[in-house]
Amino acid sequence: MVERQSPLEPEFHVGSHGNFEHGVEIILTETRPGSIVQLAAWPGEEKKLIAAIRAVTGLALPDGAGGGLSDGVKSVFGFAPGKFTVADEAEGLATAFAKVVTPAIGTITDLSHGRTTIRIAGPKAEWVLAKFFAIDFALPAFPVGAGRSTTHHDIFAQVQRTGADQFDIYVFRSFARSFWKALCHASEEVGYEVQ
Amino acid sequence: MLITCPYCGPRDVIEFTYQGDGNRERPDPASQNFEAWNAYVYDRLNPAGDHNEIWQHSGGCRAHLKVVRNTLTHEISSVAFVRGDHGRGDHGSAARRKAEDKA
Repeated sequence: MVERQSPLEPEFHVGSHGNFEHGVEIILTETRPGSIVQLAAWPGEEKKLIAAIRAVTGLALPDGAGGGLSDGVKSVFGFAPGKFTVADEAEGLATAFAKVVTPAIGTITDLSHGRTTIRIAGPKAEWVLAKFFAIDFALPAFPVGAGRSTTHHDIFAQVQRTGADQFDIYVFRSFARSFWKALCHASEEVGYEVQ
Repeated sequence: MLITCPYCGPRDVIEFTYQGDGNRERPDPASQNFEAWNAYVYDRLNPAGDHNEIWQHSGGCRAHLKVVRNTLTHEISSVAFVRGDHGRGDHGSAARRKAEDKA
């Protein structure tokens, strides 16, 4: 496989930045999953699609809007009725799904090269993200594993909570560098480290 | 103004796009009843109070929603998917529904 280049590279400066004299409260990384796919079930076929997700990834989606989970390697969450985002550290997720998600069940869209995944972690992650997204980041409203589909500055983003103070943000690859720079600026006040 | 999307929960109005008056009944595309077409395109109830509207959660789950909004207070009294159960559509013209039933 061809080595994938990060769109963040010119602005990706490893190390501590901003106001970090009193400690770093934000860790920013790019998770670079090998595969990102979006799955959509035809109306009435949602249960079959959820079963297919379980068959391919081993992850059993919880009930409810925006429900999801992550095992650290693979992640899945709902972002719209009957629609799911699945990411895997390994490549080939779309091929694996093509074997089980038949055209009668739904569609598979391979976004591995179309999205960039940025991870923000640390005690001030909710605080920094609240500057971008007008959604409730409190743990009871946004539990671990759950996903949210929302916008920053009118541009789409999907957010999955992968830890009590950790979020993975899926942004358009073409907007990723701009978002990254904005995220760095927003993190400056609390001190951040790029890893 | 907050709209409580049935999928995403309460979200700011900037995430939504107004898709028009929800009271309109689109004539059959083959219809040559010009009065019906004129009414569909131009006639509006313009109520001072509760108003049926179609909104899309374009900055979120992208679902189309049936919203009842009070034009005096902006209070949203009801939000539902246009496709009731995300199964069989319950919106659109009576003619379309009839055609679906036949199929």
